Amino acid sequence: MKRTWRIPKPGAIAIAAAIGLAAHAPAQAQETFRIGVVSFLSGQAAESFGIPAVNAAKLLVETFNAGQAPAPYDKKGFGGMTIEAIYVDEAGGATKQVQELKNLYDREKVDAVLGYVSSGDCLAVAPAAEEMKRFLILFDCGTPRIFEERSYEYVFRTASHAAMDNVSLGRYLKANNIPVETINYINQDYAWGHDSQKDFELTMKQLYPEAKTQQDLRPKFGAGQYGTEISALLSRPATITHSSLWGGDLQAFILQAAPRGVMKRSQLVLSAADHVLPGLGDKMPDGVILGARGAYGLMSPESPLNDWWFSLYEKRYDVYPVQAAYRMAQAMLGLKQAAEKAMADNGGRKPNSEQLAAALKGSQWQSPGGLIRMVNGNGHQAIQETAIGRTKYNPEKKRVDLVDIMRFPAECVNPPPDMKSEDWINSGFKGAKC
Amino acid sequence: MLALTILIDGVVYASWLFIVALGLTLVFGVLKILNIAHGSFYAVGAYATASFVGWFGALGLAPEWSLLAMVLAAIAVAALLAPLVERGLLRAFYGRDEVLLVLVTYALFLILEDVTKLIWGATPYYVSDPYMLFGTVEFGLLSYVGYDFMLVAMAIVCGIGVWWGLNRTRTGKIVLAVIHSDEIASSMGVNVSRIYRFAFMFGIFLAALAGALTAPMVSVQPGLSVGVIVVSFAVVIIGGLGSIEGAAIGALIVGLARALAVHTWPAAELFSIYVAMAAVLVFRPEGLFQRLQARKI
Repeated sequence: MKRTWRIPKPGAIAIAAAIGLAAHAPAQAQETFRIGVVSFLSGQAAESFGIPAVNAAKLLVETFNAGQAPAPYDKKGFGGMTIEAIYVDEAGGATKQVQELKNLYDREKVDAVLGYVSSGDCLAVAPAAEEMKRFLILFDCGTPRIFEERSYEYVFRTASHAAMDNVSLGRYLKANNIPVETINYINQDYAWGHDSQKDFELTMKQLYPEAKTQQDLRPKFGAGQYGTEISALLSRPATITHSSLWGGDLQAFILQAAPRGVMKRSQLVLSAADHVLPGLGDKMPDGVILGARGAYGLMSPESPLNDWWFSLYEKRYDVYPVQAAYRMAQAMLGLKQAAEKAMADNGGRKPNSEQLAAALKGSQWQSPGGLIRMVNGNGHQAIQETAIGRTKYNPEKKRVDLVDIMRFPAECVNPPPDMKSEDWINSGFKGAKC
Repeated sequence: MLALTILIDGVVYASWLFIVALGLTLVFGVLKILNIAHGSFYAVGAYATASFVGWFGALGLAPEWSLLAMVLAAIAVAALLAPLVERGLLRAFYGRDEVLLVLVTYALFLILEDVTKLIWGATPYYVSDPYMLFGTVEFGLLSYVGYDFMLVAMAIVCGIGVWWGLNRTRTGKIVLAVIHSDEIASSMGVNVSRIYRFAFMFGIFLAALAGALTAPMVSVQPGLSVGVIVVSFAVVIIGGLGSIEGAAIGALIVGLARALAVHTWPAAELFSIYVAMAAVLVFRPEGLFQRLQARKI
């Protein structure tokens, strides 16, 4: 006998509802904006850059999702979309990072990648993202070469590059009438160290034409032992000693140089040193001139946004935010603004890479470190203000304070949109507005 | 004056190098293992020192006691890690291809990198108490910390101690026999496994001691191990794998080459070590003190 299966009416309604929910599910999945955050979770750059940056990202993802950031960043998530972050370790070299980038886009299906401390990694991943036509924000790396050697549609850098650090150091010395007759250099023997030394030397040729380079020491990255270099600096001391050493290398250099009197014989100027101050404490000698690669940390401008950010980070992590955390914050704020602008333009849908790029290009936004403006690199490279200060230990607060702080507007210490950094410095800072 | 400066700087750096490389060459000499994780034991020694010196400080002990804390830290690292690593991991690979052992020790290095982060986190530690214990020493315009010369003394003590232990004690002579041929030693009744354990533990102790002695000069943080591995391998290869005297001479060659480069031609500093290595290997491919050995059938 032929059997007929009849579905009871309540069952039919339930099945129809289930089919309806299933059809609705893809739309609900669109309410999440996935970002890949790449920074050093291991190795030498972890403590000084990677982990502060990732800590900042985690804090902001949580804060944005709860809608607790101040206006105009107070919408929940990105325009109502929940932010979901995946964290990837930047360690392992440039080739590995290109593969990880592809994994993030293809396997993890992220909507944007935000990362990279190492200039070498930035130079490798930027073309890869461009080829894949996927949205990428470089938040930290310093090499000027990214947008000076080629142009991009999908790649952005939301922080000034390293030329600013050394130009501002030179301008600080000049503005404070610090005499400079001779210069010693000690910089790590890789791209960052070489570029920093070159930028500072070119800057000083403009500002102190009579000053002579005396020693140009280039210890290898991660050397850790600077006894011989310190002897070289002491045997031929110069008026100033310039260094772009960072992280563990800088800490080791300070610990080894200070007891041997290097800072008493020469004025030490450090281009990117704020991140070592909380750890070194009273081991950091007074009077060292240093920058933070931006108006960050103890040199950050007074503003409600910065007050909020500084105390939020300090309360969570028991240490004030240093440069990497600030740069991650300005990148996240820029991405949030761009995503929300793109959504406003496309009827509220999750923006794709092209829409994000169009929204971020040439834009500007307030950040805890000041106004970020995407004016260089055809609207893809940010410029921002910076600050230089001098160390002074505060025994009451048990921390190193920065005094004699001088601020430099963005157009004073960054090249104009139509000039490469080196050409701009050699032209005598043509068009600079100080 | 420049020559004296180069000599002092070279010897100070060589002392540090020798203490770092001594354990590596000993482990290879006895166990025939090229221990990539040597740098990790060095880092664990530095971290352990940070902890021990911190505890001694919390107990209210005078800074001079921090030197004892450093030695105790190295002993603790060796006592805890050596049995775990040797019995738990390396023993399974004895007699296997050397390349496989290199991979195993490399994996161990990666594991220990994350273990140190799990235990001590990513925050840097400062162990400054011992560094100023020995005051400063002036040579004309130059000022050195006494701690650097203490390192030189420690290197001499370690070198003489290991040499005396190997050549003048019964256990040391047994170790030399095992180095020469573990098969013959075993056939003559030597407990080769026990010698391996002992040598490995002593090798870790030396690596950890090197880390302990370095801790006051640097900030102890992730990434400490990496720079040490390459430079200690260069020293050991110059001197000849398994040779204590070779490690000492290799360290001196590297230390002086580097000091000469830094003071006269800084751009050459990075490859001065490898130029020294290449120059030695051209004439002595097995290293300075390694004799060519007939292949055993």
